[in-house]
Amino acid sequence: MRRAADHQGTRLGMWLFLYTEIVLFGGLFVLYAVYLSTYSSDFIEGGKSLSRLFGAANTLILLISSFAVAASITAVQKTQKKRSLLCLAVAICCGLLFLMNKYFEWGHKIHADIYPGSETLAYGAPGRNIFFGLYYVMTGLHGLHIVIGMTLLSVALVLTARERVTAENHVLLENVGLYWHLVDLIWIFIFPLFYLVL
Amino acid sequence: MEKVPSFFDTPSPPRYSGVLSWLITTDHKRIGLMYLWVILFWFVVAMFLGGVMRLELMFRGETLMGPSSYNALFTLHGVIMIFLFIIPGIPAIFGNFFLPIQIGTDDVFFPRLNLFSWYLYVAGGGLALATLFIGGPPDTGWTFYVPFSVGTHSNVSTAVFAAFVLGMASMMTGINFVTTIHRMRHEKMGWFQMPLFTWSLYATSWVQILATPVVSITLLLIIAERFLGVGLFDPAKGGDPILYQHLFWMYSHPAVYIMILPGMGVISEILPVFARKPIFGYKAIVFSSLAIAIAGSLVWAHHMYTSGMSDTAVFVFSLLTFIVAIPSAIKVFSWVATLYKGSVLMTPPLFFALCFIYLFSVGGLTGLVLGAAGTDIHVHDTHFVVAHFHFTMFGGTGFAFFAALHHWWPKMFGRMYHFKRAYWAAVFITFGFLLHYVPMFVIGLQGMPRRYYDYVAEFETGNFVAGFGAAFMLVGLVLMLGNLMVSLRQGAVAASDPWGGTTLEWTIPSPPPLHNFIKEPEVLDYPYDFTQVLKTRRDDVEVS
Repeated sequence: MRRAADHQGTRLGMWLFLYTEIVLFGGLFVLYAVYLSTYSSDFIEGGKSLSRLFGAANTLILLISSFAVAASITAVQKTQKKRSLLCLAVAICCGLLFLMNKYFEWGHKIHADIYPGSETLAYGAPGRNIFFGLYYVMTGLHGLHIVIGMTLLSVALVLTARERVTAENHVLLENVGLYWHLVDLIWIFIFPLFYLVL
Repeated sequence: MEKVPSFFDTPSPPRYSGVLSWLITTDHKRIGLMYLWVILFWFVVAMFLGGVMRLELMFRGETLMGPSSYNALFTLHGVIMIFLFIIPGIPAIFGNFFLPIQIGTDDVFFPRLNLFSWYLYVAGGGLALATLFIGGPPDTGWTFYVPFSVGTHSNVSTAVFAAFVLGMASMMTGINFVTTIHRMRHEKMGWFQMPLFTWSLYATSWVQILATPVVSITLLLIIAERFLGVGLFDPAKGGDPILYQHLFWMYSHPAVYIMILPGMGVISEILPVFARKPIFGYKAIVFSSLAIAIAGSLVWAHHMYTSGMSDTAVFVFSLLTFIVAIPSAIKVFSWVATLYKGSVLMTPPLFFALCFIYLFSVGGLTGLVLGAAGTDIHVHDTHFVVAHFHFTMFGGTGFAFFAALHHWWPKMFGRMYHFKRAYWAAVFITFGFLLHYVPMFVIGLQGMPRRYYDYVAEFETGNFVAGFGAAFMLVGLVLMLGNLMVSLRQGAVAASDPWGGTTLEWTIPSPPPLHNFIKEPEVLDYPYDFTQVLKTRRDDVEVS
């Protein structure tokens, strides 16, 4: 009684899963909203101390990677395997670049004694502690999702190379792409909330 | 009906046998049974933990244990009963086993994800068990309220992580069920030809998907607080502990509907079969399930009337809470109306279902006492609350679970249990239940707070009597489970349709073959049409 593969159903399941990811971050966005209204001035000051250059660069990097993933799907549909593999490799490299930037950003802040539980934060203004607490939790969780996304992209890359992902059956690549776009989308919200808060 | 090998004899994938044919199976029926055994194990563990607590409370002063062991016991009892028994109980066992059959298909949409969920569930249970041995069992209560949960030296992190993993398992099952119902329903089965149990699982799955991630992030934040000391909920560092409670209940109140909706589905399935009568208000029950799912997601702050909220917020949440009572009442009236003028055939599943209606109604009505902000201030955090939620969770979901066990046991295992023993067990459990929880309403109103191992003299009688209730209940539960176990070896072989049911699971052999259906299933225009049953077998239980 096995029926033919139902790609639309697989996509439906993926969308439901993406929804749960959005709500996972949603809890943090709720916290952000409440604390922004309590500590608006501390949040503005905290935002100014973050490097907008790094933030903007990372936004650009993620947008490029999302484009690369979308292009790789189109390439697979047109049976251009090599081009698809190249696009996926570009996307994974973008992810790495993003994490490197984050490493330098975090390292810079930690060097300045700004991290959860540090003396500067613990004995400073409470609003400042909350701002940076949320900053580390949200970008940290997002970074974790970047790592997961890169792992998934690598799996898709291997499967495409072995021709398990083909023009007829590329729902796996599509779902991985959806996940990567979601990770990108969450950053699109995190970026203005932390770097551009005025 | 022709003889075909059951799913017990045909492993899937076929190349494995023995234990492996269970541990790496993708057959929804085998996964359902694996859930059954693990969940029953946890139920028995938590049941005895509860029994020991009751024994401690029977007499004043320190009889068996001191305050810290008591704190650990009620935390573990709560965590196990809620996250490992009530939430997964009906959907993971009976949902997995019967949802694909009821909609006329051969498996769930993501069979491998289904097996993965089972492993997540077992891993979560293992972590919960590990808290007993590593770093001291948690003593926070199942709600993990900050700031205590961040400050305490017991092993909260592992317990919280266990709840996180169990939440993932529950979420995956929800995604699986919604996709299955959307994409794999038999082509002749429209939305309003689906059995009500499937409908209730559909509503439940949506709540699981919508609400669970909120608690996931909340629990992760507790772990972050414990390891990093971020201070998001710590007033000394600028945080707000009330926000934790909001986030926690944003999931955990909808979660009580995750617990009760499948139970309501079971009852809606059992009553028409044994009343030999179409369910009263099929669409009303469907829409009330959805209404409960939606309205139930908007009432979380009624757990927090005494925590500090604006009067407007209290008013709104109180009003919304009263609104949720309406769809629940619609269901109760529909069930009672189904029985009215039916030709009732008394069986153990029906007996449990009837007890459910009574106990659940008491639980629901006492919930209104708590939902009203004024009275809630008086009884907040007393034994009244404990009695109330045991009436809904145990008297409700627990009894629905027992009813489902007795209703579908012959289908799952192809064996019929001993009726008389089942009735006796049910009588013992129900009598013990009332003797146990009714005194708790009284001492709660008198002001006995929950979560204390000791109390003042005026609460002595109530607690003493409740102890006997617990004993009756334990005897009944052991008798019930024993009766079911014995039936596996000694029970009469069950027919494919012992009760005279009309939904698809009764049209196939017991136990079902690997692909569920031997021939194309015939979907009825209306799933509860008993004209045929009434003509041929009005009041008999068929054993082949």
